[in-house]
Amino acid sequence: MINRPIFLNLTKIHFPVAAVVSILHRFSGVLLSVLSPVVVYLFGLSIKDEQSYSIALNLVTSMPGKLIVVFLVWILAHHFLAGVRFLLIDVDLGLSKTKAAYSAWLVHIGAAVMAAIALGLML
Amino acid sequence: MTSASSLGLKAWLIQRLTAVYMALFIVFSMGKFLLLPPQDYQQWIAWVAHPGVNAALALFILSLLLHTWVGLRDVIMDYVKPVAVRAGLFSALIIVLSGCGLWSLRLLLQVAG
Repeated sequence: MINRPIFLNLTKIHFPVAAVVSILHRFSGVLLSVLSPVVVYLFGLSIKDEQSYSIALNLVTSMPGKLIVVFLVWILAHHFLAGVRFLLIDVDLGLSKTKAAYSAWLVHIGAAVMAAIALGLML
Repeated sequence: MTSASSLGLKAWLIQRLTAVYMALFIVFSMGKFLLLPPQDYQQWIAWVAHPGVNAALALFILSLLLHTWVGLRDVIMDYVKPVAVRAGLFSALIIVLSGCGLWSLRLLLQVAG
């Protein structure tokens, strides 16, 4: 038990970029888990028959559908890249503080670039 | 090694092996969709029904289920402390994941004919 008083000055707490990647990896993972049944539903529609296939295609290529797909690409890309980064760190690659911060920025930038490419392809 | 710690190690390993397989499959299917996207229903069905693709998709679903189980299990263990609530959430998660898994595998078998 800690008995001494603790004063947390929230404006002075600074999150290192690697910590942000870690939190977002968890957050994107939960979000992907929640959204995956929607993907299974769309897959089911797409394989049922010609008519359901067009319905699924229209849903995905509608304006809200496109934006959701771009968002999904963004969080999947982030989860993917952060995961690859964790696997490399597991085998002791990029373990130093500077390298870990550098690769954490690469995850953020790479995910944003992939989302931008998806946006460009969809629109 | 105690059985509890070997269970934790097993979960850690499952999380990583499934991640590697899914990463490879995602890169493979992204390549397919960017280079040779299916033009209509027939081509789409033909791709999903291809034995290699169908089996790879089934393995992807199994990997995703295990990966999701370990991931959400870790999240629950980090934030939910009361044992009863935790056990309830674990059971609900297993039921939902098994349901989603059976549903997706059934869809795959439908296409495979």
